[in-house]
Amino acid sequence: MATYSTNEFKAGLKIMLDNDPCAIIDNEFVKPGKGQAFNRVKIRNLKNGRVIEKTFKSGESVEGADVIDIDIQYLYNDGEFWHFMVPDTFEQYSADEKAVADSKLWLKDQDMCTVTLWNDAPLAVSPPNFVELKVTETDPGLKGDTSGGGGKPATLETGAVVRVPLFVQIDEMIKVDTRTGEYVSRVKE
Amino acid sequence: MAEDWRPACSLDNLKQRAQMLEKIRHFFASRHVLEVETPILCQGIGTDPNLEFFSTQYLSGQRSRNYFMQTSPEFCMKRLLAAGSGSIYQICKAFRNGESGRFHNPEFTLLEWYRVDFDLAQLMDEVSDLIKTLFEGELQKVEKISYRDIFYRHTRLDPLDFNLESWRQCARNHQLTDAELICADNHAIWLDFLFSFLVQPRLGKQSICLIYDYPACQSSLAKVKKQDPRLVERVEVFLRGVELGNGYFELTDAQEQQRRFEKEQDRRNQQGLKAPGLDWRFLEALKSGLPRCSGMAIGLDRLLMLMTNSAEINDVLTFPIGRA
Repeated sequence: MATYSTNEFKAGLKIMLDNDPCAIIDNEFVKPGKGQAFNRVKIRNLKNGRVIEKTFKSGESVEGADVIDIDIQYLYNDGEFWHFMVPDTFEQYSADEKAVADSKLWLKDQDMCTVTLWNDAPLAVSPPNFVELKVTETDPGLKGDTSGGGGKPATLETGAVVRVPLFVQIDEMIKVDTRTGEYVSRVKE
Repeated sequence: MAEDWRPACSLDNLKQRAQMLEKIRHFFASRHVLEVETPILCQGIGTDPNLEFFSTQYLSGQRSRNYFMQTSPEFCMKRLLAAGSGSIYQICKAFRNGESGRFHNPEFTLLEWYRVDFDLAQLMDEVSDLIKTLFEGELQKVEKISYRDIFYRHTRLDPLDFNLESWRQCARNHQLTDAELICADNHAIWLDFLFSFLVQPRLGKQSICLIYDYPACQSSLAKVKKQDPRLVERVEVFLRGVELGNGYFELTDAQEQQRRFEKEQDRRNQQGLKAPGLDWRFLEALKSGLPRCSGMAIGLDRLLMLMTNSAEINDVLTFPIGRA
């Protein structure tokens, strides 16, 4: 894997830090009037999502991390692993619970999502920004109530629970924003 | 990429720059300081191991000769002073390789001036006057404080007393966990580190802040202080946590200057950096006699950033390095 000098640091660059793959979020070049220069860097650890600050001596080199994002189709969950496939090549990847994390609430068969690979193994899974899911459970509510005020919880086919307006019924399809976990609209079939 | 042909700065900032330059020229003209030009391409260059230079080949007939793009116009301007120019100033481009960031562009605009017969205190007054003039009364307060006092205020350490264990403790107390690894047992790097992260961000919040009397290991072209050889006659100007410029009561002793250059060359060699050789023409000028003088260099792009409340240097540059 390539090494990167601090000169090449920029947001998005993937590097290895203490044996974990990390992504640079922000890089600040700090130099006193005359003297040694430093790079003050904000870094996200891609394994645990934690953001840390780290300082490097300018000119130092660090090892790059073999991390790429790929668009991939979700296939199924076998109880232990979540399985994905690259549609063009039929190449398959399986991700464990740690990599899938909260994204599992939004994964629906056939949907395209983004998988971050580190050394060719899934490190993290991001669902599409919007998904369409079926309501499996919710209070029947009052017929004709279209005020929309208040809302009620609804359980979706993936197990996710979102707040929906009172008029939403069981078996209806709804659109959800996965970044906020909020209801967007009903989907006409 | 398609929009990369456009200037990074607004057209308004373009005008602000022109006005700033006009005011600076007026300021020095009214004080009878002569504007000069010196070459950007020179056969000599400063040897400071912390400054990386650009070099290029000059083709003269069959031979090609190495030239350096100047990291500052200091050596040529001092050659003019030694030749009897009197007080001079210059507004020029300077080049520092690898320096890029929110406050840095590898090619930048420098205002550098030298005042014959000025000591550091007079120079500090003049730079304050200049900045006040440029800010047109919005900024009146000037704060002058010695390096030792300001360093102590923010770190509780004496910068001249390098006691590794208490310095490590200070870094730990401020969650600067990488300090120990980066600075090891190097006093100068420890000073740079703690100053950069604990002191500088707090300087010049409401005033023009001048820090003077730097530790001797922090300078290569300033005179050592007569009363205390552990200090040098150097001043730095800060405004809103940004370093704007650096000045010296200039070293005039050619032999001492040569010793400092040789030391820097050694350090460059140790660190595996290119050692450019000594600038003999500059040393000859010192030998022939540099008048007693003080000199200052101000980064004009940063000054313009502060004058226009810009968040980054690219906001005041037409075409920063990425789209140059």
